[in-house]
Amino acid sequence: MIEALAFYLFAGITVFSGFMVISSKNPVHSVLFLILAFFNSAGLFVLLGAEFLAMILVVVYVGAVAVLFLFVVMMLDINFTELRQGVLQYLPIGALIGIVLALELVFVVTSGAFDPASLGAAVQHATPAVNDVNNTDALGRLIYTDYIYVFQAAGLVLFVAMVGAIVLTHRRRAGVKRQDIGEQLARTAGDAIEVKSVESGKGI
Amino acid sequence: MNMTSVPNLIPVLPEIILALGAMAWLMLGVIKRDSDTTGVVSTLSIATLLGALVAVVMVTDGDQTVVTMNGMFIMDPFASFIKVLILVGAAATLMVARPFMTMHHLNRFEFPAMVLLATLGMLMMVSSNDFLSLYMGLELQSLSLYVLAAFSRDRARSTEAGLKYFVLGALSSGTLLYGISLIYGFSGNIEYSVVATLGEGDAPIGLVIGLVFVLAGLSFKISAVPFHMWTPDVYEGAPTPVSAFFAAAPKVAAFALLMRVLFDSFPSLGDEWRQIVILMSVLSMFIGAFVALMQTNLKRLMAYSSIGHVGYALLGVAAGTSEGVQGVLVYLAIYLTMSLGAFAVILNLRHKDGITEEIADLAGLMKTRPGLAICMGIFMFSLAGIPPMAGFMGKLYVFMAAVDAGLITLAVIGVVTSVVGAVYYLRIVKVMFMDDPKLDFVETDGRAASMVLTVSAVFNSPVFWIVASPILAWAGWAAASLVG
Repeated sequence: MIEALAFYLFAGITVFSGFMVISSKNPVHSVLFLILAFFNSAGLFVLLGAEFLAMILVVVYVGAVAVLFLFVVMMLDINFTELRQGVLQYLPIGALIGIVLALELVFVVTSGAFDPASLGAAVQHATPAVNDVNNTDALGRLIYTDYIYVFQAAGLVLFVAMVGAIVLTHRRRAGVKRQDIGEQLARTAGDAIEVKSVESGKGI
Repeated sequence: MNMTSVPNLIPVLPEIILALGAMAWLMLGVIKRDSDTTGVVSTLSIATLLGALVAVVMVTDGDQTVVTMNGMFIMDPFASFIKVLILVGAAATLMVARPFMTMHHLNRFEFPAMVLLATLGMLMMVSSNDFLSLYMGLELQSLSLYVLAAFSRDRARSTEAGLKYFVLGALSSGTLLYGISLIYGFSGNIEYSVVATLGEGDAPIGLVIGLVFVLAGLSFKISAVPFHMWTPDVYEGAPTPVSAFFAAAPKVAAFALLMRVLFDSFPSLGDEWRQIVILMSVLSMFIGAFVALMQTNLKRLMAYSSIGHVGYALLGVAAGTSEGVQGVLVYLAIYLTMSLGAFAVILNLRHKDGITEEIADLAGLMKTRPGLAICMGIFMFSLAGIPPMAGFMGKLYVFMAAVDAGLITLAVIGVVTSVVGAVYYLRIVKVMFMDDPKLDFVETDGRAASMVLTVSAVFNSPVFWIVASPILAWAGWAAASLVG
């Protein structure tokens, strides 16, 4: 009973704040509603028994991604009302695509083509049953034991992306002042400070 | 607390060597910042590639097929054959690249490291045993190649090539992923061998659609028509050593991946994929032969030539037999040396005021640089497939396999297009040997580069017939492990 109540509460607020993200006039409000949506989705994850994902959602999305959005929205001078012009013009085609997608989903779910029972023994069970291990343990096993090979490969892909970005964009410009810690430490008070005796009422 | 045993890391040794090498030499390059860092990193990278080559030979355990890393990595004679080709191609590219990169102020230590990482991705592709490791390997390779294409970042052509390659490559990766998701959705598994069992009997339609999408994504990587649009622009725009690399190692790797997916995971859908492969083969041979006739730029010509050669090699895949795969493997080995050699010659075309890529500028090369002209002549005859050069042997084997498999029309089309193709290869020979010199070509330095040139020229000359039988036997052994 309580669980159902909590579900409808979280789900309702998530949908509502999702709607507010795209409809509120002030972009800062949009981001704040996005954060609210994240919190409520985290609540839904807890109800599903995925407490690790719930925590990660709050830590990573609310803590980092949403704050980044907030910074970008506040720092860039984007005219959002101008961006939103012509919404009505595109509404019919957007609605059409939405309806087609919804129908496809209904079709897929009801057709039974993806029913695990019909596929038999070939279906791969990625994780053990939820009751056997807690989900931090299950995720850890997946990432660091079962799929260690592709996990390392993903690390290398990110490494290539990083090196590539540096190779293609980094330039050593002349005339840029850089910090030289050795030089900083070698400076003495005698080099840096000069004591002048100033006559009163005259200045230097 | 349950302890899981460490997976068998021995078969993955070449990959581990490359990954550690790439990271270590990048660190070295960052820390040691003096004039010849690039030279040191380059030499160390070549050594790493050769070390990985030794490791590949060592971990190949007879006819044994070893699967490790939780079923994601497979090491068999097929993988070992292709890996040797890839590593040789990458090492040769680094050897020929040095003088060019120094001349054009592209002498940065990241270049050899990126080549190492791309090579690592290729090895992972070749050894993939499910769609997840396929995709990770492919992305590692592609990302490194996008960066390499745009490496000459101050030239608009090069950045254009990189951007074009990136956008189209990302699109093809999307196609591939869409296909994989369909395959997973309809089979519930991503392992090749399990997907293969589902294709038997009445294959679900989703599996067939997934196969088509995967095939389209992989065809982009081997630049088979109609997924070839990017090739000429990228080859022309990228720095020449990078084009040489593109034409050699990644093409071999993607081809091996295509064969692995088709033969390991869709053997029972042979009738379905064979039609597609046949169509792509015919179109590639035609476009490769006819469009190349109109090219004036050597790098664009090589791009169309590579499209044509992909068409011939696809003939062997279309045959679908062990002999066909053997023919393709021999073809790839010979193609690797031909294209590397031809690019090594292009890299050497240096005159007083710079470097040329135009066919007309080759005029009278025989009088100014006779050695270079003779090498280029050998490569052109070999690319055209004229006996007794090595290229003839490669074509002979795939045509024979196609005829044995009953694809006689296809083999006839292949012969006709190679006659048309011979026209533009021989035109280059004519320009070099008969026309009067136009440009004053100068000697270029680089002992490693001329070594690569000489070795590949000798390999493509009739001397090939001496080494032909061990290569054939080795390719046959590798093909047997794939088709069985």
